[in-house]
Amino acid sequence: MKYITEFRSSKLGDGLVARIQQRSKKPARFMEFCGGHTVTIFRYGIRQLLPPTIDMVSGPGCPICVTANDDLDKAVALSQIPGVIIATFGDMLKVPGSYSSLEKAKAEGAEVQTVYSATDALDIAQANPDKSVVFLGIGFETTAPTIAASILQAEERGLKNYYVLSLHKVCPPVIKALLDSGEVELQGLVCPGHVSAVIGSKPWEFIAQEYGIPCVISGFEPLDILQCVEMLVEQVEKGESRVEIAYKRGVRPEGNKIALKLMGRVFEPSPARWRGMGEIAGSGLKIREEYKSFDAETKFDIKTAPAVEHKGCICGEILRGVKTPADCKLFAKACTPEKPVGPCMVSAEGSCSAYYLYGGGRGG
Amino acid sequence: MEDKILLAHGSGGKLAHDLVERFVKSLANPLLDKLDDSAVFDISGRLAFTTDSYVVSPIFFPGGDIGKLAVCGTVNDLATSGAKPLYLSLSFIIEEGLSLKELEKVVGSVQRAVREAGIKIVTGDTKVVTRGSADKLFINTAGLGVIPEGVNVSGSNARPGDKVILNGAIGDHGIAVISQRQGLSFATKLKSDCAPLGGLVAEMVKASPNINALRDPTRGGLATSLNELAKQSKVSIRIEEKAIPVREEVLAACEMLGFDPLYVANEGKMVAIVPPRDADKVLTAMRKNKYGKDAAIIGEVMAENPGRVVMKTVLGSHRIVDMLVGDLLPRIC
Repeated sequence: MKYITEFRSSKLGDGLVARIQQRSKKPARFMEFCGGHTVTIFRYGIRQLLPPTIDMVSGPGCPICVTANDDLDKAVALSQIPGVIIATFGDMLKVPGSYSSLEKAKAEGAEVQTVYSATDALDIAQANPDKSVVFLGIGFETTAPTIAASILQAEERGLKNYYVLSLHKVCPPVIKALLDSGEVELQGLVCPGHVSAVIGSKPWEFIAQEYGIPCVISGFEPLDILQCVEMLVEQVEKGESRVEIAYKRGVRPEGNKIALKLMGRVFEPSPARWRGMGEIAGSGLKIREEYKSFDAETKFDIKTAPAVEHKGCICGEILRGVKTPADCKLFAKACTPEKPVGPCMVSAEGSCSAYYLYGGGRGG
Repeated sequence: MEDKILLAHGSGGKLAHDLVERFVKSLANPLLDKLDDSAVFDISGRLAFTTDSYVVSPIFFPGGDIGKLAVCGTVNDLATSGAKPLYLSLSFIIEEGLSLKELEKVVGSVQRAVREAGIKIVTGDTKVVTRGSADKLFINTAGLGVIPEGVNVSGSNARPGDKVILNGAIGDHGIAVISQRQGLSFATKLKSDCAPLGGLVAEMVKASPNINALRDPTRGGLATSLNELAKQSKVSIRIEEKAIPVREEVLAACEMLGFDPLYVANEGKMVAIVPPRDADKVLTAMRKNKYGKDAAIIGEVMAENPGRVVMKTVLGSHRIVDMLVGDLLPRIC
């Protein structure tokens, strides 16, 4: 595999930085939507390399972070039902809901298993026919197709004890909501790479056309980000707004048709709750009627107490790009990766975690 | 049917006796052969004493197994104090039902590692627990070593200006073990770097008795070891990303799993903090040893911001390198 060191070349990096420095004249604020991009930006100290004209803000693209407490509480409630095994991506374990986390529930005796793919959850279901396996379907358009595939496979394998709690979210509607709120003014958007690998570049067109904001789809290596910033600067300086793909080795304009078909077959658009942003129409994915027998919400009577937010936690504002982790009173004091108060400190892709790990607990 | 370990193997009766005899035969040395309850020997000089328990899962992984690990890990802990490792204890906690063949394979690895490290197993114990009370096999080893005259190595001795030297590529062990995990297995030719480093350290100490600190970055990876050194010595450490050897396979696996190689476990790595005038001598000595061929100076010790580790990235910017928080993946050693 030769896709890494080439994209971390200091020589090419120097060249890109010099071009950005030279070209950028107009002040511009760019949002990197995706948490994966935030991590790269911090891990490689990219903000330090950009000219003062460019301001980078982190967006809401961390699936764990944007999951609302109501939904986290549902996951914990499901883990309390006798005979239920929760199968989940590891990131979810530590995320505190209103009252508990899956990690705590597990320590108290709930069956919670970490898996690396939904297919592993199917295997757990097959190996435990007397139990119900609930897979926590968290993620954007990147993970939704594989989870759709797991439901189709469960049907094929005749599994009657596999369920999905679909908390999936789709990205374009939340960007629209952010822009409509008028809270953040952007001159450019670093569009998510892997989401776009599935949905293609078309779903971003409205941002360039209706809002006049340049959009560039980026990969996740440091040179990807620098190239993307350079392309955004170019559009800003020329006064253009188009959708461009910098991540050509991963993204085709039409996306991944097979993945889209799978997703469309099993899921349909629904409203979804986002942390800090409330309910956004068409931003979720619920399981279609034909596959309801795999829907954890249909199968189980999930009872939760009213969700409460953690006092002082500003994850919501951070996700909207209105505030940074450094603005939070809890940051690096009451809230650390060992004892997280909010999800942005838990997830590897969370802004607070990136600020903490790569900024030494003191922010940028 | 395949021979399995039974509860009776740990009962102290005939089966237990036979099992211990088999071990003793393969690990034979005059101190162990006596089969007394304690090993009795004379030893003089400043001693280093350490213990560690090994619970790695799976017990066999590319490049080693729990037996090799149990010897190397403890030998390396002794070596980090500059000691020449001499004697080890070896204790097995076996889950009922483990195949005898697997156990013999592990004992064979212990034997080979012991021979390579030039040490002796002088005392040991075997317990068998009911199925489910352990996961196949846990091993505890404790080790004794002697520190050569004039050597004063401690994690609190790093001084501003010292060079940071690493003996080779990081992350191999962690990725090799993970590649075998159920539900996560992926094809890689990567092998664990598990190795006894007593010989390497002896040559380093011979090249310069002035080495200030040594640390073997195991769980928590290089980042965690450097942070420990910086905190203990009240200094900061500045490293260069470009200078740190990492194999392409490890980089690729880390991208796939969302890990940073700086935090991935090693079992055959040694970090040395060396006064600048001796750095080249130590580096040359390391490169002559088979476990130090890729040794490199990866950074230096600074006075400002005590307790911090800062890395100059490949792009020339700087970032802080914190300790590992939480677990990358449990039971890696």
